Amino acid sequence: MLMQVIGFKFVLSYKFLTAIMRLVILEDYDQASEWAAKYICNRIIQFKPSQGRYFTLGLPTGSTPLGCYKKLIEYHKNGDLSFKYVKTFNMDEYVGLPRNHPESYHSYMWNNFFKHIDIDPNNAHILDGNAPDLQAECDAFEKKIEEAGGIDLFVGGIGPDGHIAFNEPGSSLSSRTRLKTLAMDTILANAKYFDGDLSKVPTMALTVGVGTVMDAREVRTYLVLVACVFSRLVGVDTGIESKETFVLQVMILITGAHKAFALYKAIEEGVNHMWTVSAFQQHPRTIFVCDEDATLELRVKTVKYFKGEH
Amino acid sequence: MPSNKSVSDAPIVQFTNCRILRDHQLQREDLWVREGKILNPEKLFFDEKGSADVQLDCKDSIIAPGFIDVQINGGFGVDFSLATDDFKSGIDLVSQKILSHGVTSFCPTLVTSPSSVYHQVLPQISVRNGGTHGAGILGVHLEGPFISKEKKGAHPEHCLRTFEAGAFQDLLATYGSLDCVQIVTLAPEMRRSSEVIRELTKRGICVSLGHSVANLSQAEEAVQHGATFITHLFNAMLPFHHRDPGIVGLLTSDRIPAGRRVFYGMISDGIHTNPAALRIAHRAHPKGLVLVTDAIAGMGLAPGRHTLGQQVVEIDGLNTYIAGTKTLSGSVATMDTCVRHFQEAIGCSVETALEAASLHPAQLLGIEHKKGTLNYDSDADFLMLNDSLYVQATYIAGEEVWRQDVSGM
Repeated sequence: MLMQVIGFKFVLSYKFLTAIMRLVILEDYDQASEWAAKYICNRIIQFKPSQGRYFTLGLPTGSTPLGCYKKLIEYHKNGDLSFKYVKTFNMDEYVGLPRNHPESYHSYMWNNFFKHIDIDPNNAHILDGNAPDLQAECDAFEKKIEEAGGIDLFVGGIGPDGHIAFNEPGSSLSSRTRLKTLAMDTILANAKYFDGDLSKVPTMALTVGVGTVMDAREVRTYLVLVACVFSRLVGVDTGIESKETFVLQVMILITGAHKAFALYKAIEEGVNHMWTVSAFQQHPRTIFVCDEDATLELRVKTVKYFKGEH
Repeated sequence: MPSNKSVSDAPIVQFTNCRILRDHQLQREDLWVREGKILNPEKLFFDEKGSADVQLDCKDSIIAPGFIDVQINGGFGVDFSLATDDFKSGIDLVSQKILSHGVTSFCPTLVTSPSSVYHQVLPQISVRNGGTHGAGILGVHLEGPFISKEKKGAHPEHCLRTFEAGAFQDLLATYGSLDCVQIVTLAPEMRRSSEVIRELTKRGICVSLGHSVANLSQAEEAVQHGATFITHLFNAMLPFHHRDPGIVGLLTSDRIPAGRRVFYGMISDGIHTNPAALRIAHRAHPKGLVLVTDAIAGMGLAPGRHTLGQQVVEIDGLNTYIAGTKTLSGSVATMDTCVRHFQEAIGCSVETALEAASLHPAQLLGIEHKKGTLNYDSDADFLMLNDSLYVQATYIAGEEVWRQDVSGM
């Protein structure tokens, strides 16, 4: 009965409280993209989103998720998937780039995803890299995630330097959404989108923090929330804060041989702030979806192990 | 889906399942329209958090900017060079009928006429927007009477004039008023033409060279003084000669002022120009080619005798001659026929053919910021065409003003 009072979301999370790390290896880019898109599609459908009960998605940019977005659009156009009750939060955005610049992440998301689906524009959230007060913008973004009830599925990619979003090597693993200076590696990797002219590449970006994404629903947190709700019902201030910027499930897409070394560092070495994706080793529900090429730097033993499970 | 737009409450229409002509290419994109203009959907999404009110499935049509005809003498029995009592209703009829040919804006053209005709007719024509009533009028094209006797073509010799006495004042006295005039065709070899060209250009009127025996230097000088167009290239001018290319040589002249482009009209009805000549011109200067109909009153009517100003012309199929002669006089081909024929004869892409009838005339008249393209904030004058470039529907300011009757009548 207490479950009913607290709401279905908590029941759902109770089911997923077991910690599980998966490494899903598909043969090539297309198959990896399709697997990831099917996973997202199924999670949304199973959630049965409706008025006042939205499914929240964290979304990436870059070349890796393009195939996944194409597949999701296909499922939408076939009538199998609607984004009417889906809220999205993008991870990052360049600072100082005009919003309608063809390389801004707003343009990317519009052209590669939003314009093809039925999402309500009020539910598509992307950090504004031209806000007058950037830190206030970041804080407001975290608040929006909180108000949405956290993120049900966070989809991310990995940089060649192992970064998640723009949490460059050396970023604090406890970080929240903030302004970051981009690493040289990232600027060089992005130059190809700016006519190869390094001076045109943005040097700063707003990004969700490692800490933002790492917030997870776990047994302890669950109990804290139960206590909070109970205290609200009873009208007693227990002084316990409910942290609701939680991320229920993380899915990282990694394809291509140029990401292989980063994947190795992310899952076969320790948690390290130089390879910020490695932080997900400590998130209770993470799936790494990759193609064969991305596993080239992993031990044969690791690959065989996860393939056996898969 | 809730559409709370902060900029305007006007309905937003999204045309889907189509290929639009944008940035010189057919792109698989949706076309968004609000308040008679092409809307930027990305701006709508992020700035206004808005979305479409109506979605229309275009069944994989091609969507192109509406055609602009800068040389049309009449049609459907109406002759713009005849000062009749019901002149106004005549021009209204033509502007309504050409919607089915894909023309959304045009320049009614007057051939060489007595001064009295100009004084009577010009005040009855006004620049106006198009709509369900018909295609928009951009301004008048005055072809003559300041043209060469040797190259008068179908123009009546007794009405030809010169301006060597009073230059621009002579011209103004002849026409009476230049208020709604958009283009003037004259022969640049005439004395004092430079002054006239400069004065017309200063007033924002496009000067076109035609019905002339000018050599290349005279033509180049005219361009330097401001001329930007050639009236029906090849016709009514000296033929190309390898030691003096004449007006045709402007297509590859190196004495065109920097930043300027010379445009040239072509009647691609299959009669006025041999396809090989059409291809030579296009290959020499593809960005300057402007498709015109040079249509006369007989266009849209059965073959037989019709008027063209002071002359009588005879129509037989697509051929139109001064009655009893072999002198070509205008054409009866429609604009969409010209576009199709052009595309076939040149073997060019659909995009190139469509731009020759939309973008290029808009650029000639300096109005490409609002007509002739499907760029954001342009006027929403566009056509739906099938793959063979037959017009299925015509839209002006985002409103459907003509649709192909499905029964095929």
